[in-house]
Amino acid sequence: MKLPFSDESIGMKHGAGGRAMRALIESVFMDGVEGEAALMDDGAAIPWGDRFLVVTTDAHVIKPIFFPGGDIGRLAVSGVVNDLAMMGATEVLALTSSVILEEGFPVELLRRVKASMQIACREANAAVLTGDTKVMGKGEVDGLVMSTSGLGVADRVVRDGGLQLGDAVVITGTIGDHGLAVMSARHKLGLEGALVSDVAPLNLLVRAAMLAGGDAVHAMKDPTRGGVVSALAEMAEKADLGIVLDESSLPYSEAARAAADLLGIDPLGVANEGKALIGVRADALDAVLAALRAHPLGARATCIGRVVDDPRGAVLLDTGFGMRRLFERDGEPLPRIC
Amino acid sequence: MNAVKTRLEFRDVAVGKALRARLQHAMERAGREISVMHVCGSHEQAMARYGMRASFPRDLRVQMGPGCPVCVTDAPEIDACIALASQGVRVLTYGDMLRVPGRAMSLDDARAAGARVEVVYGANQVAQIARESKEPVLFFATGFETTAVATAALLLDNPSDNLVVLSAHKWVPAAMEVVAQTPESRIEGYLAAGHAATITGYGLFEPFVERYRIPVVIGGFEPLDILSALVLLTEQVVDGKHEVVNAFPRCVTREGNKKALAAMHAVFEMGDGDWRGIAHVPSGNLVLRKEFERWDARSRFGVELAAAPEVEERAAASECRCGGIMSGLAEPSDCQHFGKACRPDAPIGACMVSTEGACRIWFEHGIEGRR
Repeated sequence: MKLPFSDESIGMKHGAGGRAMRALIESVFMDGVEGEAALMDDGAAIPWGDRFLVVTTDAHVIKPIFFPGGDIGRLAVSGVVNDLAMMGATEVLALTSSVILEEGFPVELLRRVKASMQIACREANAAVLTGDTKVMGKGEVDGLVMSTSGLGVADRVVRDGGLQLGDAVVITGTIGDHGLAVMSARHKLGLEGALVSDVAPLNLLVRAAMLAGGDAVHAMKDPTRGGVVSALAEMAEKADLGIVLDESSLPYSEAARAAADLLGIDPLGVANEGKALIGVRADALDAVLAALRAHPLGARATCIGRVVDDPRGAVLLDTGFGMRRLFERDGEPLPRIC
Repeated sequence: MNAVKTRLEFRDVAVGKALRARLQHAMERAGREISVMHVCGSHEQAMARYGMRASFPRDLRVQMGPGCPVCVTDAPEIDACIALASQGVRVLTYGDMLRVPGRAMSLDDARAAGARVEVVYGANQVAQIARESKEPVLFFATGFETTAVATAALLLDNPSDNLVVLSAHKWVPAAMEVVAQTPESRIEGYLAAGHAATITGYGLFEPFVERYRIPVVIGGFEPLDILSALVLLTEQVVDGKHEVVNAFPRCVTREGNKKALAAMHAVFEMGDGDWRGIAHVPSGNLVLRKEFERWDARSRFGVELAAAPEVEERAAASECRCGGIMSGLAEPSDCQHFGKACRPDAPIGACMVSTEGACRIWFEHGIEGRR
């Protein structure tokens, strides 16, 4: 179902990962487009012998460039590696990297960014094979922005729309750490310390889950911008099924829970950069959870909900005090004032 | 992280179930519809957040009253602030106020047109900005008892002379009186806000309870706080009792925060004024006392609210039902514009602007009204 779109100029909400962004993409970029691209998945799959090549690209703008737990370089590598992994392409053939630098940007910082890209590449068993560098005048771009692309290979393509009735919904770890850590750093809220971004490449973790679950792994998506709510809403909508989350099962770090309470922000709506949502057939749940928990990045993997057929296309939260529907928000969540 | 653990205790699902059963039992004893009112946006948010409304007994109507400070700030107060900002005065305000429409525009619109409007997170920030500036800095001070205390502390700290305060602070108990006096009101009990009562003390409500022979229960903001307060309130209604009950004893005392109250009364006096949507509220405005005149925008800039220019309102604004909603006479879904012409991205009334407003909370949580 196509979202309505009537905006005449671009607003910040069009980049926030919610409904406004999807409406823009559908209305402008997808207009007249058919086939693989029209699936609007995390990447595109191209048949390659009896396997599939998966290609994806990602642009990175983040303030501040260095944040608790990571930086734009680690984010850029993890972002594309994870988009590939979410489609089942856990073997990364190549990464590319383009940077646009602002005149006056310190080279020392650039070295730090590059070093953390290298570390993330090692963790993902991947390498940047080609790149590009541009410089813009002072004030024409904010410090450093970059774009990375990735090419991976999958034995079996997993779609974000592949959920089936009765599936268990698994998250591979705690919710909201990245978004809350960055927000805390950006607004100088002094909550740093225990609160760190989860940014990490997930391909090896996902490979373990796929080996354990086989074709019982029905759907995957990483809950980045827009958080768990946006990712699940898109998965539910594409599968035309509903998802009911059990609030008491949602895993949070104590620091993220405290920060979210303090700021009045729903952690389900903020970005994660090192987590995957996995829809798995109920009889394979235990095997997948065991495989995830055996990996350091999946130690707190948890089943958080189930797939239902009523209502369709919606995500519900069972709080124990009642049930409410979760809605995608337009725009970045902002800390409350009073 | 003890604070986190403490909070989780008040989200215990099993205890919640027992409280719901008790609430249901009270309603069965009543055998009729009962309407109660809460007066705090944070209560509405918590109920929406936990999906509680859907689990309330059918005949229990829990209505949101005048509990959103942004919503009740009167349009002429916003217009006066916009007028000063448009004349080049540097204006500081809480973020929630930015998008609230005055009669012609919002502070945000004024900012887009070149006025200097900045968001502050607290009154302490205001003092610092004023200190570091040489030109006049206007603080548009809004909110109930809770933020009024912060404004009072700011002024008692002898701030620099370039600070000018436009007080739109409001005193919630005064609005409860207005609702209690409304002839068509069906409200039989009040759930008072725990954070405000932390300052005022629950003793404040004792004369009210006597005067109107209606119960008041002070409630906190975790799901179990709200449920237990509703149980204690509903049981009083059913049993024909009218007492002040403190269901938030871990924060609220009978006397309240004496130091904060003393500061508030030292700086403000009660004045009559208009609350948006509710009409005239006797003693509902917190007005700066004469001793603080040199920081008072009303004397420094000669702000005369009644004289603010009359401008044409947006066509649908006259049909906005915020007033009825805040008086407990209607629910957001009773309004023909709710969720249609009036949405958070194009609000008609203030209740759809503020994250503390009933309409905004209902819209964002998909609450569509009573089953």
